[in-house]
Amino acid sequence: MSSTSTAAPADSAEAHGHGHDHHHDPTLAHHFDSHEQQFDAGKLGIWVFLVTEILFFSGLFCAYAIWRANHPEVFHYAHHYLDTKWGAINTVVLLVSSLTAAWAVRSAQLGDQKGLQRNLLITILCAFGFMGIKTIEYTAKYHHGTLPGANFHPHADSMILIEDGEFVGVAKDVARQELAAMYPDMPAEGELTAGQEEAVHLYSAKLVEQADPVPDSVPVFFSIYFFMTGLHGVHVVAGIFAIFWVYLRARRGEFTKKYFGAVDYVALYWHLVDLIWIYLFPLLYLIS
Amino acid sequence: MSSTTTATPTTTQPHQSAPEENYLNCSSGFLSWFFTLDHKRIGIMYLVAIFAAFGLGGFFALALRTELAQAGQDIMDMNVYNQMFTLHGAIMVFLVIIPSIPAALGNFVLPIMLGAKDVAFPRLNLFSFHLYVVGAIFFVLTLMGGGLDTGWTFYTPYSTGHTDTMVTTAVLGAFILGFSSIFTGINFMVTIHKMRPQGMGFFNMPLFLWGMYATAVIQVLATPVLGITLLMLAIERNFGLGIFDPALGGDPVLFQHFFWFYSHPAVYIMILPGMAVISEIISVFSRKHIFGYKFIAISSIAIALFGFFVWGHHMFTSGQSTAMSTIFSAITFSVAVPSAIKIFNWMTTMYKGEIILKAPMVWALGFLWLFGIGGLTGLFLGTMNTDVYYHDTYFVVAHFHYVMVGGTLWAFFGGIYYWWPKITGKMYEEKPAIIASLVSLVGFNVLFFPQFFLGNMGMPRRYADYLPKYEFWHLVSTIGAYILLAGLLMVLWNLIRSLTSGGKAPQNPWGANTLEWHTPSPPPHTNFEADPPYAGDPYALDHWAWDPETQSYVHIAASEQELARVEGHDAL
Repeated sequence: MSSTSTAAPADSAEAHGHGHDHHHDPTLAHHFDSHEQQFDAGKLGIWVFLVTEILFFSGLFCAYAIWRANHPEVFHYAHHYLDTKWGAINTVVLLVSSLTAAWAVRSAQLGDQKGLQRNLLITILCAFGFMGIKTIEYTAKYHHGTLPGANFHPHADSMILIEDGEFVGVAKDVARQELAAMYPDMPAEGELTAGQEEAVHLYSAKLVEQADPVPDSVPVFFSIYFFMTGLHGVHVVAGIFAIFWVYLRARRGEFTKKYFGAVDYVALYWHLVDLIWIYLFPLLYLIS
Repeated sequence: MSSTTTATPTTTQPHQSAPEENYLNCSSGFLSWFFTLDHKRIGIMYLVAIFAAFGLGGFFALALRTELAQAGQDIMDMNVYNQMFTLHGAIMVFLVIIPSIPAALGNFVLPIMLGAKDVAFPRLNLFSFHLYVVGAIFFVLTLMGGGLDTGWTFYTPYSTGHTDTMVTTAVLGAFILGFSSIFTGINFMVTIHKMRPQGMGFFNMPLFLWGMYATAVIQVLATPVLGITLLMLAIERNFGLGIFDPALGGDPVLFQHFFWFYSHPAVYIMILPGMAVISEIISVFSRKHIFGYKFIAISSIAIALFGFFVWGHHMFTSGQSTAMSTIFSAITFSVAVPSAIKIFNWMTTMYKGEIILKAPMVWALGFLWLFGIGGLTGLFLGTMNTDVYYHDTYFVVAHFHYVMVGGTLWAFFGGIYYWWPKITGKMYEEKPAIIASLVSLVGFNVLFFPQFFLGNMGMPRRYADYLPKYEFWHLVSTIGAYILLAGLLMVLWNLIRSLTSGGKAPQNPWGANTLEWHTPSPPPHTNFEADPPYAGDPYALDHWAWDPETQSYVHIAASEQELARVEGHDAL
């Protein structure tokens, strides 16, 4: 990390006291004695920062634990609204991105500039992929009306049906299947006419009425879901900026075998972002 | 850091030369300060900003004390009163007391005490300062946009749904200030771990650094929890999140748990640096090696750790189970023990010492008295059966002002006076400084001691008005507030005057042995002119002797014993 002091005094060379050339090495900051000390300091610094990030999320994990302990039926019911398929794909995407981030550090250690840039770029692409999938999930929720807290107004079509505590299905799908079984004109799959759509819609509402009542406090599940994944998403975006900045520095040839701290630290940050998702995924999507 | 031969066989003359280049004059202009990477300049900017915030927070205190001098609404209505105590609390906690010693004094002194040229991450340090400024701007916007009346504690559901004051702005300001605090904590932790000089193991460090380290641990672990709590509050208020709202399945008491999980350790962020300063001052001004070094060092860590497990003592009356309350009460008692250990070690340090009653020591002695009272009254609050009566009364208000003001602020001023010659290169005038400290001491006690009586009599806190039976002590308390104001203005005057007409400060006016006294006052830009001297025992005060000619302490010849020891180290 080069020091960019704006207050360099005229007699700085004398003031340093010794004439070692490392003071003219732009990759060694003036307040460190060696590259090793500089790297170790940065490493400890990023680890301490990651500890603060863990504590930052811990409040939410704590809220999750308390609610799940007090309202297990809410979590069992509400998690069906999440699409496990997208969650699993996102998990794989992040794991791959962690691999390329670690690979980038290895490239830096070996002085492989092309490999370093390539791996950083792939990591960024994976991050975009993750955010893309999150966008798909969030817009689906918006369309279904399953938004957090006071904004939770699910459409009858998209409500989950529970009978005798057993998961039955999404209202719209169940309605369609049952109508298709009762009326030969109603196709089980494929396009529907406006009238048929209306019929499915009305029948969904009826099924919702007949099914087990929705547990109270369901909005809280969505509050927790959106807050935890949203905050995680913010950290993914921040990671994109940070990794991109490191990528630009790599393109300018700033990293050497002796000096690649920034790559190492940003990769560590990225690993934590991945790790947090590894906890979020089962806790939110895989409740059974 | 390289170890050097430090045996100085000849007397080192303190600097007497013409204006030499130092960190203050090596560059000039606003930009060279606002975008500096020099930890010393950053420390000074923090000092100025904190003093300004202190003035603002103090203004609100005087306003509310003036209103309370007599029963009835005299100068403000009840809604305005709610704003006064909220803003006083929020500004003092977030903009003054929490940053005070670490940001203003720690930033300046810590690297020099380690013989280092700067902290581990100078740019992060500057960023911490800029975040402080941004956070302060958010508070100013809060003031300008309608104020805040939730109390500094932001309790739900009032803060999330029933007040239309500038809660979101204030909460975002506190969030940003939290990051300023976290980054300072990271910086200090890494600097102490990775930039100690050769020969300075953890148990050879000055106790000031132990205090800074323990504080940094709390800053790093506790502040993020406040961050997420405030974020939850802001989102609940603006988007109906529901975590604290029973109508949506939430629980308002959960806010209190999250809030106090940070805010209790926060009070240790406030007091540990104060205790760190006191350790230095008491030793130097008793001309005696600190007693019980290891005990004082470890007690700082103990306070930091224990402090995480007592937050429930703020919530005894919140509906929390008796079992939980009992556990919190027991641990609260245990956290008092390391603090008491420090007090006894300081007193033993003074015993049979040669007490020098200069301004830093006068403040430190004031600290012992005021923190003693504050700490002891905490026991009444930590005991469940008395707390049920005292909770939310003036007894609590008196207790925390004794520890936060009588403790931290007193230590802050002690430290400012102690390091003033080093920071500014000027000597303040001793007699006015001591008088200012004593006037402040009188004012403080007249202001806050009666509040214990008010609490005993049942006077609730945060009330704009009260029954006639409380009037006498309220009037006395307000008079004390104005006496304290006079004392603090005298302090300010004394310090500012020293800048314009103070004498030139020698390298070591106090005869201390920590490394900052081995470099000129004020220090050069890189802290030391050559390699810093070998650190040795920070409390070996016998290396310095008073020289009446130069009115300062000078380094004396090392004994043969020490020469041999030092040469043994050089062989490393």
